[in-house]
Amino acid sequence: MTSYRIQGATGEWEVVIGLEVHAQVTSNAKLFSGASTAFGAEPNTQVSLVDAAMPGMLPVPNRECIRQAVRTGMAIEAKINRWSRFDRKNYFYADLPQGYQISQLYHPLVGEGSLHIEADEKAGIAEDKVIGIERIHVEQDAGKLMHDQHPTMSYVDLNRSGVALMEIVSMPDMRSPAEAGAYVRKLRSILRYVGSCDGNMEEGSMRADVNVSVRKPGEEFGTRTETKNVNSVRFVMQVIEYEANRQVDVLENGGTVDQETRLFDPNTGTTRTMRSKEDAHDYRYFPDPDLLPLELEDDFLDECRASLPELPDAKRARYESELGLTPYNARELTAEVETFARFETLLAATANGIGKPEKDVATQVANWALSVAPGVIKSLGEEANPAHATAEAQASILDMQAKGEISGGQAKEIFEIVLKTGRDPEEIAETEGLKQVSDTGAIEAAIDEILANNEDKVEQYKGGKDKLFGFFVGQTMKAMRGKANPAVVNQILKDKLG
Amino acid sequence: MTDLTNLGVKAIRDGVAGGDFTAREVAEAFNAAVADAADLNAFIVTTPDHALAAADAVDAKRAKGEDLGTMGGVPIGMKDLFATKGVQTTAASHILEGFTPQYESTVSQNLWDAGAGMLGKLNLDQFAMGSSNETSYFGNVASPWKKDGTNAAMSPGGSSGGSSSAVAARIAPAATGTDTGGSIRQPAAFTGICGIKPTYGRCSRWGVVAFASSLDQAGPMARSVEDCAIMLEAMAGFDPKDATSLKMDVPAWEAGLSADLKGKKIGIPKEYRMDGTDEEILKSWEQGKEWLRDAGAEIVDISLPHTKYALPAYYIIAPAEASSNLARYDGVRYGLRDLPDGAGLQDMYAATRAAGFGDEVKRRVLIGTYVLSAGFYDAYYTQAQKIRTLVAQDFEEAWGECDAILAPTTPTASFPLGSLDKDPLTMYLNDVFAVPASLAGLPAMSVPAMLNGDGLPLGLQIVGKPFDEQGVLNAGLAIQQRAGFDAQPEKWW
Repeated sequence: MTSYRIQGATGEWEVVIGLEVHAQVTSNAKLFSGASTAFGAEPNTQVSLVDAAMPGMLPVPNRECIRQAVRTGMAIEAKINRWSRFDRKNYFYADLPQGYQISQLYHPLVGEGSLHIEADEKAGIAEDKVIGIERIHVEQDAGKLMHDQHPTMSYVDLNRSGVALMEIVSMPDMRSPAEAGAYVRKLRSILRYVGSCDGNMEEGSMRADVNVSVRKPGEEFGTRTETKNVNSVRFVMQVIEYEANRQVDVLENGGTVDQETRLFDPNTGTTRTMRSKEDAHDYRYFPDPDLLPLELEDDFLDECRASLPELPDAKRARYESELGLTPYNARELTAEVETFARFETLLAATANGIGKPEKDVATQVANWALSVAPGVIKSLGEEANPAHATAEAQASILDMQAKGEISGGQAKEIFEIVLKTGRDPEEIAETEGLKQVSDTGAIEAAIDEILANNEDKVEQYKGGKDKLFGFFVGQTMKAMRGKANPAVVNQILKDKLG
Repeated sequence: MTDLTNLGVKAIRDGVAGGDFTAREVAEAFNAAVADAADLNAFIVTTPDHALAAADAVDAKRAKGEDLGTMGGVPIGMKDLFATKGVQTTAASHILEGFTPQYESTVSQNLWDAGAGMLGKLNLDQFAMGSSNETSYFGNVASPWKKDGTNAAMSPGGSSGGSSSAVAARIAPAATGTDTGGSIRQPAAFTGICGIKPTYGRCSRWGVVAFASSLDQAGPMARSVEDCAIMLEAMAGFDPKDATSLKMDVPAWEAGLSADLKGKKIGIPKEYRMDGTDEEILKSWEQGKEWLRDAGAEIVDISLPHTKYALPAYYIIAPAEASSNLARYDGVRYGLRDLPDGAGLQDMYAATRAAGFGDEVKRRVLIGTYVLSAGFYDAYYTQAQKIRTLVAQDFEEAWGECDAILAPTTPTASFPLGSLDKDPLTMYLNDVFAVPASLAGLPAMSVPAMLNGDGLPLGLQIVGKPFDEQGVLNAGLAIQQRAGFDAQPEKWW
């Protein structure tokens, strides 16, 4: 097993990583108000009286946000706390109208759970690993300050104020940037499967606070730093790499790592101090007196569980065991919601068209979905209109191929025309002459002629020169202008040559 | 016309409905009385047009034979803690001076829907913090009462001091109040009127400027138990916009009124016999027992052992919540903004809040911030919450022995304005009998009992079981009928 180590002057250092991922809950309305949550609206157009903290306004929990957080907890096999409570986290900032964030410190909605990451030699993850998740709690997002709109003033946009976030807190179980990257990707995948977060890191729907410390292997945890609001997998990995090396430098030069909050600069790939421990806020957490404790009933929990889809790990295992896919194909197909959704639609359409069980056509469909189709689309570039790549069209192509009506090459050609024009694949096969000839009469006639014209080679073949079989196939295909069904050609040749 | 201002809620409603007078005549009479009573400083703003418009609507309905509503034609005073659409809402603070909400609080809307109109926004202690109505940015409110033989302005109590003063002075037949730790009951007792704080959650807090969310409750203040019942019925009700609102139907309290207490047990808590309690207050308490016994109730001695810890716990919990609730007044979005030249965000906060909050508000924000701070939280806030639980348990146990509890409302009668304002702790003691019911979220009412030797009103407090406002009102009615309290302050304003 190869572990990720920082090579310092004094020896090897191990990196210890914990992540707090903030995931925006997919819901039409905010956590405690009816205001919309759509991204990209004009500033301050999605702000209710509650979000703006007008005098006398009160929060009322949005059941859908709670439901999504509970379903997420169930997806990571976590303990769901039937009794939880909201706390106020008090601090002053212009993007925080209430002067406090409603969060859950003392009694989070979701307790301990776990997440599996898979071995990935290429990425440097030696073996499968379980990353502990300490808790998931729900909380309000803050608004946004804009400092570039006025020479001396800052503007405030409260559209995001009050939007529901899940804070998913991992245990300090990761030991390399690659593991942290795999964790975030896997978590994102689960959130998207569950539908509780769109996982869109560019729009800020998902961002991570990265806790990093270093230690000599086997020693106690070192002092950690927390780098805030990192918004891509690549940046998370960069932060860890930079921070770990920085901390090793500090320690090896006789310094101490300060427990502090840091900021990541994506332009330089470095982190810098945001505020030190001395400047740390005293958030004065206390139970929000505007809200009653959240008590979850059996019916609610049952519905949450029943509405969970098949999750990535289970789906991958089923693809291997039931559909007979290779581990590679199973993993590739289940990584993203869109990928498996397209695959399953195509698989169903193809199996239905051919009239065979899904498992009999799964490998053909998987190869098509993972390599053939993407290859064709890529080669066409801008010429391809992805909207034409419907499941029906592709199933129709796979159907013709499975029935031997078209060859693999013809399938690609037909798909190209489909992508460019949106025409019907069967019609293309007919009118463009992209069909194999399986008519034994025509093939037999061609073979008879070839055998007659090559009596010497027939003799040699019969004398034991087996390799000449390929010559006869090639001649036949040439005579048929490439459109003969190879299986039929082979069969007739074998019959005729004895 | 002056006799119209002597009428209460029920008399006005029934008189308008019966055609004895029009709602407009009533509104005009009270508008005139309000305009004539500037010396009391009971109102921060007056809204005669609101009262007239509501009255005209009621008169028009009557002409068409439509239902006038349970408060039809009754003009009331609105404590300036309730957000009123288009009408300045200040919580008696400088920081909200000029703030005009675009929304109407649920309670005030309920009242308008029941046919009531608004005479104006009533003065109060700033952010409802105070027991004497001396912390308002808009000046002290004077009680209409004077101590016999003196001319000193007396405290109307607080924080609903504008409400108590206006109702006692008969410039409003009734007013809204809010009660966090006695702010309806204590001013009612000081001014010889009735006031009931219902069970926590009966009245929506939506649109009420928050002081201490887990304690704040709105309620009516009026000159009779019947009027309180009518008005509370109009104010209360489940509100989906308040997560702590009780999901229960509003009982027909007015129809359910009965002064017959046969079969009822009234508890007398021995711990309320505290040092420093006025002799005359104790005498009124004894008298109260007699009245209730006379109404058929059995008087039983009970114990509420954690009573003495209630006030200190209250003065941790309420400021803690207030320190957070008042964080929104930061100069960023509305209200006062003090932005010194070249100042940054932190400077703006400091300057705005320094200028915008009064001393008592600052004191409580500081106390609240302190008790929630790291290292002090467990010693103060957690302990106080434990006491709160114990106080509530005391009552739970008491309900095994009685149906309602009788106690004094306050340890003393009203005092002259300016006599206690340098001594916050003595001031806080005003609410020592009121706070336990607040911590337990119980319905509690003050009804006038008698005048003391100085000619000042004394009130008696009835505390009831959760959701048993009816039992509280009925006991109050029994006292009212026997006390026959009809004293009126002599008009000096």
